[in-house]
Amino acid sequence: MIRRATLALAAPILAIAVAMAFSALMLALTDYSAGDVLHVIFSKGFERTNLVTTVNRAAPYYISGVAVAIGFKMNLFNIGVEGQYKLAALFAAAAAAAVELPAPLHVLFTFAVAMAVGAAWASIPALLRAYRGVSEVISSIMLNATALGFGAFFLQRWLRAPASESPVLGTKAISPSGQLPTLNGLLGAIGIHVPDATRVQSYIVVAAIVGVAYYLLIWRARYGFDLRATGSNAEAATASGVDAKRMVITAMLLSGAIAGLIGLNNIMGPAARYTDVSVVSGLGFTGIAIALLGRNNPIGIAFAALLWAFMDAVQTPLSNADLPKQITAIMQGITVLSVVIAYEVVRRVSVRQELAGLRHHSADGAAPSADPPPSTGTGPEVAPA
Amino acid sequence: MTALMSPAETEGDAKPPARFAEIPRWARSVLYLALGVGILSLARVLTGAGQLTAENTLRSALYLALPIALAGLGGLWSERAGVVNIGLEGMMVLGTWFGAYGGIAYGPWQGVLLGVVGGAIGGLLHAIATVVFGVDHIISGVSINLLAVGLCEFLTSVNWDGASARESPTIPDTVARVDLLPFLKDPLRDLAGQHRFFLSDLANAILSVTTNISLLVLVALALFPLTYFILWKTPFGLRLRSVGEDPDAADSLGVPVYRMKFIAVMVSGAMSGLGGVVLVYLFSGKFQSQQTGGRGFIGLAAMIFGNWRPGGLLVGAGLFGFMDSMQSQVTETSHALLVGAALVFLVTGLACAYRRLWVSTAVFFVLAGAAAWWYQATDELPREIIPYFPHVTTLLVLVFASQRLRMPAADGKVWRRGGR
Repeated sequence: MIRRATLALAAPILAIAVAMAFSALMLALTDYSAGDVLHVIFSKGFERTNLVTTVNRAAPYYISGVAVAIGFKMNLFNIGVEGQYKLAALFAAAAAAAVELPAPLHVLFTFAVAMAVGAAWASIPALLRAYRGVSEVISSIMLNATALGFGAFFLQRWLRAPASESPVLGTKAISPSGQLPTLNGLLGAIGIHVPDATRVQSYIVVAAIVGVAYYLLIWRARYGFDLRATGSNAEAATASGVDAKRMVITAMLLSGAIAGLIGLNNIMGPAARYTDVSVVSGLGFTGIAIALLGRNNPIGIAFAALLWAFMDAVQTPLSNADLPKQITAIMQGITVLSVVIAYEVVRRVSVRQELAGLRHHSADGAAPSADPPPSTGTGPEVAPA
Repeated sequence: MTALMSPAETEGDAKPPARFAEIPRWARSVLYLALGVGILSLARVLTGAGQLTAENTLRSALYLALPIALAGLGGLWSERAGVVNIGLEGMMVLGTWFGAYGGIAYGPWQGVLLGVVGGAIGGLLHAIATVVFGVDHIISGVSINLLAVGLCEFLTSVNWDGASARESPTIPDTVARVDLLPFLKDPLRDLAGQHRFFLSDLANAILSVTTNISLLVLVALALFPLTYFILWKTPFGLRLRSVGEDPDAADSLGVPVYRMKFIAVMVSGAMSGLGGVVLVYLFSGKFQSQQTGGRGFIGLAAMIFGNWRPGGLLVGAGLFGFMDSMQSQVTETSHALLVGAALVFLVTGLACAYRRLWVSTAVFFVLAGAAAWWYQATDELPREIIPYFPHVTTLLVLVFASQRLRMPAADGKVWRRGGR
């Protein structure tokens, strides 16, 4: 038990060490001092302004990580999160701007629209996978690109605010009842001082709710049991009465629904409307990295999201100190690549140990099967197109 | 032995009726190409949209298609050896950066070479992760995409103009452009000017690939027949493909599986890197962050569209490139595409009728009617959605023709010698 836990922890620590070493090498090659960079990261990185940025950025990362992880749990690779959240953000913003409702209802309505649009866009690869055997990776790649054109088409022709209202292409503004409050007041009340110029977005609460729901659904509900069973051994699950097609479709829809929530923090916060700059691009792919780092575990994903967001946030102090801020992007990339390698190596080592243990225990000398058990969680197989 | 023979034989699954099958594959590609020109020509004559097949339109389509085609060719090399390479996008990004760096620091052809090497390094990383460590192919690819973007932004900021720069200076010298058939240029221009059905369009098509063409384009285009020759006509190619079909059988016959996969994935990265170089040299003339715009992914789509074969993937990439070039055309021209689509549906419908697939025939005829009606009922095709027609087409191919697609049998599977 202890040995397994050590092995599991060894992987991410090893990966981060490799990332640090490689980044130091890159800095040395380009005549920057790794010491300076580390000094800035540790002295300025933990200042309150920077921590607020970290928390704000971590929320969408976390949600994206969970959206991807639901797919992973089922051996599905929802690479289409990217397109799902962009479309969902656009339509949810347009819907929220079009209605007037009392505050909590308005917010919930926006969430519902976003989740519905995300799930609807995810339903295409889901149905294709379940009924035509089309790999969800391939169809999602096509749909990610198509989502851009689809969204631009709707925004340009039907959803945009008239040019007289706003010179920038975007939806109409969402009224205050549909916007999320900041947490500054609440944090102040419990004695945590937040710098005046910053705002702690309440989206972190949404992320936490998503995380709890994810945990309850996957580990504490029958549906989650079926999902994990299908993910680790589809044949066995089918034999025990799980409808594989239904599982594929529902897991993709769930993943898409969660993905729908990723892009709303800015739209329901500071920006209060959808424009091309109010939604960050690439959150879907970051979500894949975060789910991998966090091993699909609700707590693990939280750490991964915070780490990733911290690396982003620390770019500002780095560039203020005239250091190349993009070094953190390299750290992120190397970390995720070395972490997947490290997990794979650890998995092999523990399989080998298990086999050795089995051989040791089998007194009658019956050789245990030499095949390693199917990998759990991290390695979804690519279904043939 | 059977395992090694099977790649060639099982492709018979997708064989059209006997008489058509007797035509060699390369000749069939030429026929399809001629059919494409014919359909465009007919659409031009029917609608009077002269720009549809103009020399400039076709050349810009070719240039836009090339990075996608090269990424697709990269995907072909790697998937034929059984490694799914979704990291093509990142390798292309590496190609753009190293191509621009080489072009600025050393010279145009040195830049090309450096870009290719940059892409190959990305391929090497992917091979190490997937082949040596057995990481899931998609996961490794996604990680490489993230890493490549970060690395190139970092290198940009330390090399050129401080921390906020997102692009390189312009490359001073680019690859030379040449006229391949100077003696034919004037007669062909003449013919093109006469606006005859098919002949003028063919003249334009020939002009677009022979006059004022960058040598880089010619080098890139030469890689397609070369790939076909290496992978399908040499013992090395047979071994490489056998690794993608049945690595156990290949291993038992003494094929060095790991080495084959390494070579394939590195060549794959090199091709994709060249795609990045093309993007830099033919379009912006410099490195720009986000310049690839998902073309690596689209290359993968073109490869699937082309059924994991070089000729087919060229057709797929051509479709993507042509639609891309339509976006910058006047509405009249892009509107004429609807007539083109109607004709394509009509021809496909007739082909289905010839094969006695009555349901498909009916579906395609209805689609042809719908496209024609759409042309009649409107004055324009929404500009925002034009570039995405090939994406939807590829999806439809996956949905309705996936039985006719045949990916390498061991594609995407992690293989370890002895099953560990």
